[in-house]
Amino acid sequence: MSLIIYAESQEGRFKKVAFEIASYAKNIADTLGTTVTAVTFNTPDASELSKYGVSKVLNVTSDKLTSFNAKAYSDVINQAAKKENATIVVLSSTTDSNYLAPLVAISLNAGFASNVVALPVSTSPFQVKRNAFSNKAFLFTEISTEVKVLGLAKNSFGLIENQVTFNQESFNATLNDSLFRVKVESVEKVSGKVTIADAEIVVSGGRGLKGPENWGLIEELASVLGAATACSKPVSDLGWRPHSEHVGQTGKPVATNLYIAIGISGAIQHIAGINSSRVKVVINTDPDAPFFKVADYGIVGDAFEVVPTLIQKLKEFKAQNS
Amino acid sequence: MKILVCISHVPDTTSKINFINGDSEFDTNGVQFVINPNDEFGLTRAIWFQEQQAATVTVVNVGGPETEPTLRKALAIGANEAIRINAISTDGFFVAQQLAEVVKQGSYDVIICGKESLDYNGGMVPGMLAGILDANFVNSCTDLKIDGSQVTAIREIDGGKETISTSLPIVIGGQKGLVEEKDLRIPNMRGIMTARTKTLTVLEPVASNVATKAVKFEKPPARSAVKLISADNIDELINLLHNEAKVI
Repeated sequence: MSLIIYAESQEGRFKKVAFEIASYAKNIADTLGTTVTAVTFNTPDASELSKYGVSKVLNVTSDKLTSFNAKAYSDVINQAAKKENATIVVLSSTTDSNYLAPLVAISLNAGFASNVVALPVSTSPFQVKRNAFSNKAFLFTEISTEVKVLGLAKNSFGLIENQVTFNQESFNATLNDSLFRVKVESVEKVSGKVTIADAEIVVSGGRGLKGPENWGLIEELASVLGAATACSKPVSDLGWRPHSEHVGQTGKPVATNLYIAIGISGAIQHIAGINSSRVKVVINTDPDAPFFKVADYGIVGDAFEVVPTLIQKLKEFKAQNS
Repeated sequence: MKILVCISHVPDTTSKINFINGDSEFDTNGVQFVINPNDEFGLTRAIWFQEQQAATVTVVNVGGPETEPTLRKALAIGANEAIRINAISTDGFFVAQQLAEVVKQGSYDVIICGKESLDYNGGMVPGMLAGILDANFVNSCTDLKIDGSQVTAIREIDGGKETISTSLPIVIGGQKGLVEEKDLRIPNMRGIMTARTKTLTVLEPVASNVATKAVKFEKPPARSAVKLISADNIDELINLLHNEAKVI
């Protein structure tokens, strides 16, 4: 019996969510009196994971696995779980992990709970709390299968340092050709910019900014904060900003530490997409804008006056605090 | 080409979310139900294949008789026929097992689901269905082209997109981008009239394994009111974000 996690990395570096699911899995492992094993791909040195409670790493090295492949990766995780007699597999909620999680569940005959937001309520019976109804409710789910797959919602547990002794093995997984029927031909990725998925802070603009020519304000504020930029649906529909920046129900979900909405009224579909962000700030001229009902901090004011001041003050703050 | 579009009957986004029977059940009272938005993008793309590449489109839903208006709407939009599996779904795994049976019986080449439903947000049905069928699978799919048995698809990834090539049969977890919002169709009178005479087959569920069950729901605690900060006092906002919220 042990816990398995899939520790996601990018260009040889672990993503923050890898440390978060490690911290989470370590906590459950302690309760059950077992240890955490991580599956990694093409990571010669995964010792950083030991800082968050991972005792063992099974690293798979293969040229076939340099780019993510849901079926092949899920098959490797399945083989690792069987080798370790794992009863719990913990995954993150990135696009890639959400892609492979149901495949892992089927191959292990495991029950799967996604969007889990807290430690299990109980381990016997095994109950977890998860987001449902677009963050408007929680659902307590009981998993009755012997093996369980959990998808942890981003930023719901945080990182907990817990240094343990560690060893890394190279894992010779069997890679049948049938795992590679879905081929990635090319990848287009924005480089040198914080992505919405990885960002700790997101600065988002709405129609209140009056036109694409004013997006310099959003970008400058984002750059001061090391944040990603996003926009509301009308803004992407109007073509002011690319679709990839649209956040909300039919756009990208945002579960960040700080979400700053500028000139966004707060339509219910927008809120549904950003609601699991921890702290929300709204800047809007209209005091009746629905966003004020869901925000933690609000400024009623004109973005064209407030935001430049905010940028200036934040620069001073960063200079003093860095 | 035979396409199966899997439809979830979900509360409209603007619905009030309440629970009854000791918080064990969603309160459907006064709730307007719609085709799950992610499914509707997939359905509309399927209709495009029907019109451009002579595909036939079947829509399927797992649910009680009360979900039939949602299937009729899909027929009015242009699907050729509908199937309702007469069961109350217990989780995504249950739905995937039921859908797998429909796929096996009907030998579909393309199965399009939404990547996630608005109600349970499980995001597990397309992947589990692909897993059960051992079919090729593309999730978070924003573009789909089919030429003979060759498939080209685009998958949205964190911070970009990737172009994928594969072959039929395929399961798609679809979303916006398969078609754009402006391409979605509102059923016209002729569509609604024709939909009445199209076949809607009701099937009983097949025996299935149980993996999870919903125990109870909980509403998030009421939020404390927004702290308003004067536009002339930006220092206070920075102070609160730094010292109180600890996010900068």
